[in-house]
Amino acid sequence: MERTLGSAKVGSTVTVIKIEGDGAYKRRIMDMGITKGSRIYIRKVAPLGDPVEVTVRGYELSVRKEDAKCVLVETV
Amino acid sequence: MEIRAALAGNPNCGKTTMFNALTGANQYVGNWPGVTVEKKEGKVRTKESKEEKIKVTDLPGVYSLSPYTLEEVVSRDYILNEDPDVIINLVDATNIERNLYLTTQLTETGVPVVIALNMADLIRKRGMKIDKKRLSELLNCPVIETSALKKTGLKELIEETVCTVKSGEKSIPKAIFSKELEAAIRAVEELLPTWIDERKKRWYAVKLLENDRKVLENLKMSGESLKAIKKMRKAMEEKHDDDMESIVTDERYQYIQKVVSDTVQKGREKLTVSDKIDRIVTNRFLGLPIFVFVMWVVYYVSVTTVGTGMTDWTNDVFVVSIQDAVSGFLGNIGAGSLITGLVVDGIIGGLGAVLGFVPQMAVLFLLLSFLEDCGYMVRIAFVMDRVFRHFGLSGKSFIPLLISSGCGIPGIMASRTIEQDNDRRLTIMTATFIPCGAKLPVIALMGGVIAGEAAGYAESSFIAPLMYFIGIAAVLISAIILKKTKMFSGKPAPFVMELPQYHMPQAKTVLLHVWERLKGFMIKAGTILFLACIVMWFLGGFGFSDGKFGIVQDSANSLLAMIGGALAVLFKPLGFGEWQPVAAALSGFTAKEAIVTTMGVLANVSGDVEDTVNVAGKVAAWFPSAMAAFSFLLFNLLDSPCLAAIATMAQQMQSRKWFWFAVVFQNVFAYVVSLSVYQIGTFVLGGAFTVGTAVGIAIAVILLILLFRPDPYKNKKIYSKRSVQAA
Repeated sequence: MERTLGSAKVGSTVTVIKIEGDGAYKRRIMDMGITKGSRIYIRKVAPLGDPVEVTVRGYELSVRKEDAKCVLVETV
Repeated sequence: MEIRAALAGNPNCGKTTMFNALTGANQYVGNWPGVTVEKKEGKVRTKESKEEKIKVTDLPGVYSLSPYTLEEVVSRDYILNEDPDVIINLVDATNIERNLYLTTQLTETGVPVVIALNMADLIRKRGMKIDKKRLSELLNCPVIETSALKKTGLKELIEETVCTVKSGEKSIPKAIFSKELEAAIRAVEELLPTWIDERKKRWYAVKLLENDRKVLENLKMSGESLKAIKKMRKAMEEKHDDDMESIVTDERYQYIQKVVSDTVQKGREKLTVSDKIDRIVTNRFLGLPIFVFVMWVVYYVSVTTVGTGMTDWTNDVFVVSIQDAVSGFLGNIGAGSLITGLVVDGIIGGLGAVLGFVPQMAVLFLLLSFLEDCGYMVRIAFVMDRVFRHFGLSGKSFIPLLISSGCGIPGIMASRTIEQDNDRRLTIMTATFIPCGAKLPVIALMGGVIAGEAAGYAESSFIAPLMYFIGIAAVLISAIILKKTKMFSGKPAPFVMELPQYHMPQAKTVLLHVWERLKGFMIKAGTILFLACIVMWFLGGFGFSDGKFGIVQDSANSLLAMIGGALAVLFKPLGFGEWQPVAAALSGFTAKEAIVTTMGVLANVSGDVEDTVNVAGKVAAWFPSAMAAFSFLLFNLLDSPCLAAIATMAQQMQSRKWFWFAVVFQNVFAYVVSLSVYQIGTFVLGGAFTVGTAVGIAIAVILLILLFRPDPYKNKKIYSKRSVQAA
C-alpha cells in the first residue's frame, strides 16, 4: 500500500519508494539517509502531534509531518 | 615539516572531544548540530619525532558536502582551496552507515583520508563487530579505532596520519557507483580543464554532473563542454525519472550499504539507556510537563536560590570590602576625593554591580550547558516545534531564545544553526526580547517601584514571570507580524534534525563551556563596561554650574542631566519624561544592569545601590504612576540590547542593511508598545481621555491589524532563501 511518510503509523516500518520535492530540501532529506529503498521505522510522535521521530540507518531523525509528505513509502 | 590536517565528521560524532584530545585546546562539545561553526585550529606535537608538527583544523560538523548550508560550504571550500595534506575523518562507529556517507564524499576530493572509527568502545558494548581491515580495503584508506572520550587509539591515529602524509601517495579516488554513472563521470572528466589535478578530477566531474552551481561558476568552462554535460545529465535523469543529485545520493548510499553489510556485524537489537530515557522524556503525555519542570528547575536554581545567594554575597560582602579597602588605601596615600570618587564609586562600584552578577550567570550557564551537552536541548526543539511552527518559526529557534534568557550574546550566536535565512534573522532580531540575566536586577528594581506605587515598597514577585511572558509574547508577535511582510515571506523552513543519543556530559567540557561564556561576559565587563563606568561617572559628576564647567554637587546640573533632559521630551508620551530615567535607559546600552546602578547614583542613594527596596523608594519619585514605571520597564525590556550584544548582532547578521533594520525595529517596537500600554493603561486605570490615549489606541489597533491580517504571501510556493545562498 502506497502512502507518504507523513501519514505512516507510529510503530510501523516502511520502505521508501520515491522522494518528491525540490532541490535543497530533497537533497537534505536524502543526505540524512532517507533514500529510495531505505527502511524507516516510525518511532514516535512529539507530544503536540508533530514532528515525528523516525529511525533510519540506525539513528534517530525528526521530521515534520508536512515535510515528510514528499516521501512516498509502502508498508513492509 | 608541518603537516596540515583537517578534522572532518558529522555533527555529534565526538569531533570536538577528539579535537580537544588531540590538541588540548579549550573547546566545547555540544549536541546541537553544528555547534563548531567557527574555524578552530590546534597543534599536535607527536612524541615520536619532535620535528613533525601537525596543525589540525577543526571543520564544522556536516552531514554532507552538498552546497546547501554554510557549514558544508565552509568545509568543502577549505578542503578544495586550502588543500590540506590529509583529512582525519571521524566516523561514529555506532552510526556508521550515515557517517560513511560523508566519507565517500571526502575521499572523492582526492585529499588523503585517515578514518578514525570513533566510539569504538561502545561498539563492543553493544555486541557489534566491525572488520577494520576489510573496511580499510573497501574504502581505500587507513582505519584506526579510537575513543576520543577515553583517549584510546589517539597515538595510533597520529602515527597513521604522519605516515599517510609521508608516504606521499596521491591515490586516485575509487570508482564506487554503477557502471552507467561511472561511465558518465569518466566522460565528464575528459571535458574538464587541464589545470585540474588528476586526483581532483573525479570530484569536479561528479559536481558538474550534479549541476552544482558553485563549482560551475568557478570552473568557467566552455559552452560546448557544458552542453555535452547537460545532455548526459538529461539522459540519465529521464531514464531514472529523478534528478541527478538524487541519483548520485542514491548510489552513494547503495555503495555504503554494501560496504556496511560486508564489514559490520550487527549486535542484538536492544534498547539502549538513551532509548529508555527518551521514551520517558519525549513521551506523548509526559514530554511537556517534563519540559516545564526542567525549565522551572533551571530558573529556580539559578535565579532564585543558589545564584542569588552567591550574587548577594558578592555584592554585599566581596565588592563592599574591596571598596572599603581601596578607599582606605587611597585615603592613606593622600589621593584627592576626585580620584577616590572615580575609582571607588565610578569604577569599582560600576564593575562590582556587574561582577555581582557573575555567580548567577555561572549557575545558569552551567545548567544550560548541561542540557545542551547531554542532548536534551535538541529534544526541546523536537517537543516545541509544533508551537513555534504556528508562529512561522521552527523548533530550532527555541534554543537561541532559551540561551538568551541567560545572556543574549551566546543566544544570538546559537542562531547559526538555523538553516533558513529568514528564520535566522528573525531569531537574531527577537532573541533579546527575552529578559537576559542582566535585566533581572532592572526587573527587580522596577518591580519594587511598581508595587511601591501601588501598595507600599516591597519586592514584588509577579513582575519577573510577567516579564518573561511578555518577552516570549513579543518574540511571537514580532514573528507573526514580520512573517507577513514581503521580505520575510516564504514557505516555512523544513525541519529535519538528528536526535543524537543522550550521554552524560564530561564535567570538563561543561565547565570549559561555562568558562568560555563567562569569560566573554567578564571581558565585556573589563573593557566596554569599564569605559562606560568612567564615562557615566564623568557625565553624571561634571557639568555646568554658575556658568563654569566642573564638578557639580547637584547631579541635576550634570552633563548627563543635559543629555537626558534633551531626550526626555521623546519619552514623555511613554510616561517617563524626567531626565533621570532617560539617562538610566541610555546607560542601559552599555549594559542593562547599568540601569540600576545609574539610577542608584542619580537618586543619591547612600549605601548599597543594588539594594532594590532601598533604591526603589527614591527612584519612584521620577515616575508619576505605577503605569509609568511599568512602561519604563517594558521599554527597557524590548529596546536594543547592550552594546556587546548589538555587536554580536552585527557580526551574525553579516549585512549592514539587516543589522540596522534589526536595531530600528527593536527600538521602534519597544517605543510604540510602551507608548500604547502606558496610554491605554493610564486611561483604563481612571485617567482622562487625551490625545495620547487616542494615539495609544491607534497603535494597538494597527498592531492588531498587522497581527491578524491574512498572510498575503500564504500561497507563495518558493522556500525562502537558505543561509548559504543569501550569504
